Amino acid sequence: MTEKIKLQRPKGFFSKFDRRPGPVKTNMHYCPGCGHGIMHKLIAEALADFDMQQNTIFIAPVGCAVFTYYYFDCGGISVPHGRAPAVATGIVRATPDAHVISYQGDGDLAAIGLNNFLQAANRGENMVVFFVNNAIYGMTGGQMAPTTLPGQKTVTCPNGRSTVNEGYPLKVSEMVAALDSPVYVERVALSTTKNIMQARRAVRKALQNVINKKGFSMVEALSGCPVNLNFNAQEMNEFIDNQMMSYFPLGCLKDIADNRDPIKRPVSIYAKNKVKAVLFPQAVDGGVDAEFENPSELFKKERRIKCAGFGGQGILSLGMMIASMAKLRNFNVSWLPSYGPEKRGGTANCSVVLSRSEVGSPLIDSDCNLLIAMNQPSIDKYLPELKDKGVLLYDSSTASAPENIGNRIVYSVAASNIAEKMGSIKCANSVMLGALAVILRDYFLEKDDPQDFDRVFEEAILDCFSHKKNTIRLNFNAYYAGKKAALEILQSSTVKG
Amino acid sequence: MAEKKRKIFSVKIAPQECKGCSRCVNACPKSVLKIQENINQMGYFFATYTGDGCVGCGACFYNCPEPGAVTIYEKSEE
Ligand SMILES: Cc1ncc(C[n+]2csc(CCOP(=O)(O)OP(=O)(O)O)c2C)c(N)n1
Ligand code: SF4
Ligand code: SF4
Ligand code: SF4
Ligand SMILES: [Mg+2]
Repeated sequence: MTEKIKLQRPKGFFSKFDRRPGPVKTNMHYCPGCGHGIMHKLIAEALADFDMQQNTIFIAPVGCAVFTYYYFDCGGISVPHGRAPAVATGIVRATPDAHVISYQGDGDLAAIGLNNFLQAANRGENMVVFFVNNAIYGMTGGQMAPTTLPGQKTVTCPNGRSTVNEGYPLKVSEMVAALDSPVYVERVALSTTKNIMQARRAVRKALQNVINKKGFSMVEALSGCPVNLNFNAQEMNEFIDNQMMSYFPLGCLKDIADNRDPIKRPVSIYAKNKVKAVLFPQAVDGGVDAEFENPSELFKKERRIKCAGFGGQGILSLGMMIASMAKLRNFNVSWLPSYGPEKRGGTANCSVVLSRSEVGSPLIDSDCNLLIAMNQPSIDKYLPELKDKGVLLYDSSTASAPENIGNRIVYSVAASNIAEKMGSIKCANSVMLGALAVILRDYFLEKDDPQDFDRVFEEAILDCFSHKKNTIRLNFNAYYAGKKAALEILQSSTVKG
Repeated sequence: MAEKKRKIFSVKIAPQECKGCSRCVNACPKSVLKIQENINQMGYFFATYTGDGCVGCGACFYNCPEPGAVTIYEKSEE
C-alpha cells in the first residue's frame, strides 16, 4: 500500500501566516463560509501550479480582503479604496515582467473605484482583476452596494433596494466585455461544487493570460457573505444560484486572448536627466551651451512679464516667444496662459516669469516688470500691476496712451496697423516683438553681448514657428517691421526731446 | 489476468483549522462528513470524516474556505 496526498493546503499560501496578528497563524480572518476563502484557495493553488509566485504582485484595496498580504506567498500591497487598478497600472508599466493581480470587492470596484477600474480595463493593462461580488459592503457591516439585488435588504436599504430609487444592479462584466481592450471576461459563482470547479478553470485561464502578457482579464465571482446576509451555508448557495444569477448570469462574456499578441509597451524612463530631455526637448535652432549665464545685473531678481490683448492677436504666442528667448539663454521660465472660453475674440493674457534660480509663482497679479498690452482694456486692467519704473509697451493702433503712469516708462508702436499692411493681423505679435527688441536694448541689455541679444529674438521666432514653416517668413518680416517702426519713433522722440 | 489497481480515498479535517460552516458536509456527494459535537479552540463545532465511503472527489476540499482544513489522501493497493 502506498499513500499519497491528493489535495492539500495550496502552496501559494504562506505555510504560516506570521503577518496575521493574534494567536491564530494558520487560517484566515474571514467569517465561516465566506466566499473570499474559496476564491483565495483557487488563486493560491494556481499561483503554485503555474510557478508564478516569484514574479507576482497581489494588490488588494480595502474590503474584507484587504489583508491578502498575510496569506499569499508572493509580493503584496494593500491600497486605498478603489485604487487597486491604478496602483496595478503603475506597477505593470514600471515592471512589465510582473504578474499583477488586483483583487477587489463589489463595493470597492463598482462604487468608489469604478472609474479607476474601467480606465485600466480600457487601456488594456496587463493584469487580471478578480472581482468578488457578494452584493454587499461586507467589511463595513452590510451596506447596499451597486450590485445589491432589487428587493435585497441591507442596513442602508432596510426596506429592500428599490429600482425606482437606486436603479438596477450594476452589470460590471457586461460593461467590461463591451470594451475593445479586455481579452477575457467571465462570470462564475462560488456556490455549488460544479460552479466552483468552473471558477477554478476561469481563475487559471486569467492567470495564464497574465503570464502570457495578453492584456486585461477579469473574473467576476458571485460570492457569499453569509454573515451579513444572515444565511447558513445552504441558504447562501441558494441565494447565489437563484437570486444573484437571475441578475448576473454566469458564463464567458469574452475570450479573445488567442487572437492577441503579447503586449509590448515602450520602456519606461526613470533617469532624471532623461525624463527632463523628454519633457523639455532641446530647441531645434539656437541656444547656448549649458554653462552660459546672462551677465546682466538686472536678472539678479526674477523678471515678470505680462502680455495681454484680444484673443486671436497672438498674445499667447508672443508670450511663448519671450519665454523661448529665456529658455534659449538658460533661464528657468514659466509661461501661464489665461483666456476666455472662446477661441477668437474675448480677452487673453499670459504671464511669463524668467529667473536664474527657481521660478516662484508663475502667476502675475502684481510686481510686473514689463506689460505688453495690445488693446485698451488690457492697459486699463493691468497697468496697476506694473511696478514703479516698469515698462509698458502698447499697440497704438488699438489703444491710446494712459494717464497717471507715475514713474513707469511707456512705449508704443502701431503693431496691428503694420501687421494688417503686411497682409495678416495675426503677425501683430511679431511686430510687438520687434519693437521690444529695440526698446529693451538700453533697458535690459546692460553687459549683454548686443549681437547675441539680436540673435536670441530670431532664434525664438524660429523656435516658436518651427512647426508652421510657412509662417516663419511672415513673422520675420513683421519682426523687422516692428524694429524699424520702433527705431523711427525713438529717434523722432529724441530729436524732439 | 492483470487486476486493476484499487484506490482507496480518505479525508482528514484538521479540527483547529475548521470554522464549522458546513459547506463540506453539504457538498459531499457520499454524505460521509458531519459536524460533530465538540468545539475547537476557536469555538467552532468542527467537521469530521465519518471514516468510510470517501471517493476522493475533492468537493469538500474546494468548497472549504479555509486553507488547510481539508486534506484528501489516496491509497493504492500494490
Ligand atoms: C476612502 C474610503 N471610504 C470608505 C471606506 C470604508 N470601507 C471600507 S471597506 C468598504 C466597502 C467594502 O465592500 P466591498 O468592496 O464589497 O468588499 P467586501 O468587504 O464586501 O468584500 C468601505 C466603504 C474606506 N476604508 N476608505
Ligand atoms: S463580512 Fe462577509 S465578506 Fe467579509 S469576511 Fe465575513 S462573510 Fe466574508
Ligand atoms: S472527497 Fe468527496 S467523497 Fe470524499 S469526503 Fe470529500 S466530498 Fe466526500
Ligand atoms: S467547509 Fe471547511 S471550515 Fe467549513 S465545516 Fe467543512 S472543513 Fe470546516
Ligand atoms: Mg462586497
